[in-house]
Amino acid sequence: MKTLKDKVAIVGVGYTKFGELWNKSQEDLLVDAVYEALDDAGMEAREVEAGWCGIQYEFTGVSGGAPAEFLKMYGIPFTRVENFCASGMDAFRNACLGVASGMYDVALACGVEKLMDQGSRGLPELGGARSIALQFPPAPSIFALAATRCFEVNGWNKETLANVAVKNHEHGSHHPKAHFRKPIKKEDVINAPIISWPLGRFDCCAMSDGSAALIITTPERAKATRHKNDYVKVLGSAISVHTLLPWLHPKFDFVGFPSTQEAGKKAYEQAGIKNPAEELDLVECHDCFTITELLNIEDLGLCPRGQAGKFVAEGNCNFGGKIPVNVSGGLKCFGHPIGATGCRMLVEITKQLQGRADGLQVKDAKRGLAHNLGGAFTVAAVTILGRNDT
Amino acid sequence: MVGIESYGVYFPLYRLSRSEIGRAWGMPSGPGEKAVASGDEDSVTMGVEAGFDCLAGIDPGKVDGLIFATTTAPYKQKALAPTIALVLGLPRTAMTMDITDTLRAGTTAIKTAADLIKSGTCKKVLVAASEVRMSEQESFDEQMLGDGAAAVLLSEQNLIADFRDSYSISDEIIGVWRKENDDYIQHFEDKLEDSFAFQGNVIEAIKGLAQKAGIELKEIGKLACSYYDPRGLLGIAGKLGLNPLAQLADPLFTSIGNPGVSAPIIAFANALENTAPRQDIILAAHGDGADALLFTTTERIKSLPPRIGIKGNLARKAPLFSYEQYAKFRKLTRRERSNPKASAVIHYRDKELEFGFLGEKCQNCGTVQFPLNRVCIICHTKDKFEKVKLTKRGKIFTFTNDYIRSGGAQPVPWCVIDLENGGRIFLTMTDCEPDKVKIGMEVEIVFRIYHQGAGFHNYYWRCRPSMKTRA
Repeated sequence: MKTLKDKVAIVGVGYTKFGELWNKSQEDLLVDAVYEALDDAGMEAREVEAGWCGIQYEFTGVSGGAPAEFLKMYGIPFTRVENFCASGMDAFRNACLGVASGMYDVALACGVEKLMDQGSRGLPELGGARSIALQFPPAPSIFALAATRCFEVNGWNKETLANVAVKNHEHGSHHPKAHFRKPIKKEDVINAPIISWPLGRFDCCAMSDGSAALIITTPERAKATRHKNDYVKVLGSAISVHTLLPWLHPKFDFVGFPSTQEAGKKAYEQAGIKNPAEELDLVECHDCFTITELLNIEDLGLCPRGQAGKFVAEGNCNFGGKIPVNVSGGLKCFGHPIGATGCRMLVEITKQLQGRADGLQVKDAKRGLAHNLGGAFTVAAVTILGRNDT
Repeated sequence: MVGIESYGVYFPLYRLSRSEIGRAWGMPSGPGEKAVASGDEDSVTMGVEAGFDCLAGIDPGKVDGLIFATTTAPYKQKALAPTIALVLGLPRTAMTMDITDTLRAGTTAIKTAADLIKSGTCKKVLVAASEVRMSEQESFDEQMLGDGAAAVLLSEQNLIADFRDSYSISDEIIGVWRKENDDYIQHFEDKLEDSFAFQGNVIEAIKGLAQKAGIELKEIGKLACSYYDPRGLLGIAGKLGLNPLAQLADPLFTSIGNPGVSAPIIAFANALENTAPRQDIILAAHGDGADALLFTTTERIKSLPPRIGIKGNLARKAPLFSYEQYAKFRKLTRRERSNPKASAVIHYRDKELEFGFLGEKCQNCGTVQFPLNRVCIICHTKDKFEKVKLTKRGKIFTFTNDYIRSGGAQPVPWCVIDLENGGRIFLTMTDCEPDKVKIGMEVEIVFRIYHQGAGFHNYYWRCRPSMKTRA
């Protein structure tokens, strides 16, 4: 496998506020995010040569025709990317491949999801009829299977999980675009109503609407844009897909995510990173549930296996800690409009590296990592971005 | 000689006391309790469980006939014996039929099974009698009726009881009925039903049988009989000159209630379980006439392989604490229900996988896996599998209690289960206290109604705490 390092530059980013956006449609959201990114890049819509848009649900829009229609970007290749919760980041990866191949000079990577139009009682079920033997439980139950196992194997408990929620809500309370902007108390997390044991309401991210977009180009062309001094480089981007049905895999241990491990390894190789906890300045990692963040911290090699509970409890992942995780507030505070989340994280890392974060600013951040994990721990995406002087 | 080779019983786990039903309506109540099918059970799933109990130690591949007897078939049109036959593992060439609509469906099924064997059409025929009867709320029926199933296997080998003779009468009488669109069983006049539809017809059939077979009723071991009201059963014993305490097989009215078609077959199973060799047993049932069947137990009744049977089923019970829970099980309250997607086409393609509880073993690496993969999940070898029957027992590897999909106050446990003898499966748990689920817990796999997607009954497997754990 080759590398994306030094082949792609981010020159414009935009994102909407995330939340229960009753008065906005998916068209409103995508147009707001993409035009903010175009303005940031100092570009016109007609300069975009190809687009990829992460959308998971067909009710948000099917085919490249949906985003192309919202944006009226007719006549260029536009593709809807669906890869569970990694849809947005996979849209970005496809756009990077388009630019790195030399095919396009300017590409748009974006994502949008309009969940609240379907009601707020958990994610809508996917797809048509399937065999009764291939059951797919609701998302909280999928991740709760890992939490239950970690309680048994790692000795974790409700408090171990609650530390993640408290940390991310503290971070998110500083972010003007977050869905939730209030710190929460540990005992409130522990005592919240149960959604899927052992996960309570504050262990779960919310249903939200939102959109995010990035304009990418070659490093050479980036030097001719208004971000010529602070454009951000892609250091590596990888996706790994593992089993869709971990509950039927005889060797799946539920105390780690093989897809995250593999995607992390491949992205680190591309970026030339050997010791992630030392070489990265911040991480936006998938925290759809508190247990997800804990296991991903281990899978991404930020701490030894089985130690994430202690690692987070000691404050290592807090803003100002050894390796801040989800300084934006994460999915816990932004919610998770599926197709948009990956792009939202990449916007966050880009602005951090440019020193213009909207929430808490990590001081002198040079390299940052964004990560998604979707399905039943099935699809993991890892993208590492760096300042152009790295 | 045709006769009974084996029997099996199934009572649902939950029991509702009659006093709780009385409390709910401010009505006087009868003694004891009744068995109540869980919300995911019907006459088919209970017939399956009784069938499994009956086939303990017997190769289902050798059973070439199955008759399902019930007045509460979950379909008005569509046979259910083929469903039960597939789940039990009977061959595709088995003769299957449903005998329905009359309370003597069970005895008529046994007589028919014996005739199928005598005629040479079949060698071994399983009769599964099962009932989940709906009673009107705030009625005495609600206290009387209970749910239960029993099965008997007829053949010409290894008999525990010889089938010696039978006598039937047919009678046009408006006793109990349920029209096309009636939700509950209907009655006109209790006394007519008890005196004539039940007692009169049963007495006539039993007397006819005794005369035909040349036996003295005073000398029989047991009478296993249907009933309308338990007092009427005592009346029959008196009129036939039987000693009720010694000669009446207990139909278990105070512990499970009256399960219609199953009631006489359950009493018959109780007689078989508690009778010495060389005893006569009369099995009689009323319903638009009456059937009386004469059996004589053999020496082999002492060496039947172990089964759950009457004793096991009576011991395995949990209280249903409230009438409200019963109302929820029987769907007596109006609630909006989700309608999951289903496809009759997928069911057609996957029915052996879904109902047969089949997995496969990779011939390269030996991994047992579920469902049927094309490529091995471990060693990635393509299309080198042997189909294997998965064991219906296992241990929980991990689980969650899900409050979202349950749609109610009680969560649904989803369990990752490592099966004995290999294979990992993912099932929801039923008949349990969710708070007590834990990793390492032993479970057994049971056949249940899963949902009503696409407008048909979608059956599948669920797990429940194993009886060992419960005891």
